[in-house]
Amino acid sequence: MPETPFILQEHQFHRLRNVLERLKVECAARAVFLIDQDGQTIAFHGDIGDMDTTSFASLAAGNVAATSSMAKLIGEDAFPGVVHEGERESIFICVIGRCLLVVVFDERSTLGLVKIRTKRTSHEVAAILDQVAVESVAINADKNSFFAEISDDDIDSLFS
Amino acid sequence: MTFINYASREINCKIVYYGPGLCGKTTNLQYIYDSTAAPAKGKLISLATETDRTLFFDFMPLELGTVRGFKTRFHLYTVPGQVYYDASRKLILKGVDGVVFVADSQEERMDANIESLYNLEENLETQGYKLSELPYVLQLNKRDLPNVAPTDELSQELLRKGEPVFEAVATTGTGVFDTLKAVAKQVLTELRKS
Repeated sequence: MPETPFILQEHQFHRLRNVLERLKVECAARAVFLIDQDGQTIAFHGDIGDMDTTSFASLAAGNVAATSSMAKLIGEDAFPGVVHEGERESIFICVIGRCLLVVVFDERSTLGLVKIRTKRTSHEVAAILDQVAVESVAINADKNSFFAEISDDDIDSLFS
Repeated sequence: MTFINYASREINCKIVYYGPGLCGKTTNLQYIYDSTAAPAKGKLISLATETDRTLFFDFMPLELGTVRGFKTRFHLYTVPGQVYYDASRKLILKGVDGVVFVADSQEERMDANIESLYNLEENLETQGYKLSELPYVLQLNKRDLPNVAPTDELSQELLRKGEPVFEAVATTGTGVFDTLKAVAKQVLTELRKS
């Protein structure tokens, strides 16, 4: 069976967005993303310009999947943080359960500051995500939920 | 794992194209990308070697339309087919909602198909899935080549659970969208059942 869908409700999304907004300010970051480990963007905040956020999320997830496997090969459980330092822009990725908190920052900030603030925020994000997971199971179990009402016609109409 | 976002009213699902090396997984994605209008697709990302063999994965997001006010977006991935990239294949199966197995119809590739299919079942199990319980479609690709095995013979060797089977020529697009529709439909049906 595929896993239980991860269902993010509107109030949970706004709570996460607020946390990301605050983290962006605290880190003096350019942008902050919350991505699930399958490569789907949950929320983001900041100056993304014309960045392709969908591709960014799938590549970040692929990146963490690869480095986590490398960790296991050298006897580590995982790398909880992954850093990529560029000439102008850098990325810090913090693994929170099955999600990734990704901070994009430039010379206006420092890696040390980003690491400290992100780690602190990660606990708050983890608590919200735990709640999302619990409520996702409940919504799924609800036989009257929106998903139970999807008809064959609804699905067929996508392909007509 | 399907991700449903009530704030942006989106349903996101992950579909993986699996199969032996050079069977046409990337060509399937390339055809879908080339034939889809810009608003419905994102960029096609290819992490490939210098000789254009898939190194890690190809990826493209595709929007199919709305179901009851929710945009349905499918994230299409391919795996690297070459035997020695097995660690990468395992990673890409993580969180999968549906699988397309692209078989190479050429007679001399039968063993490679069988080996890759066993590898798929094994790698799904390491991620906690069973092929028998996942949305799954079998595509018999390269039907335009002269040295292809009969479809009956391929089906006999490769069918696992009475899954839908499509003959395809990915280079010209034959069967490509039929395959995609069949797996996408199963994924959405599964979502309703869950």
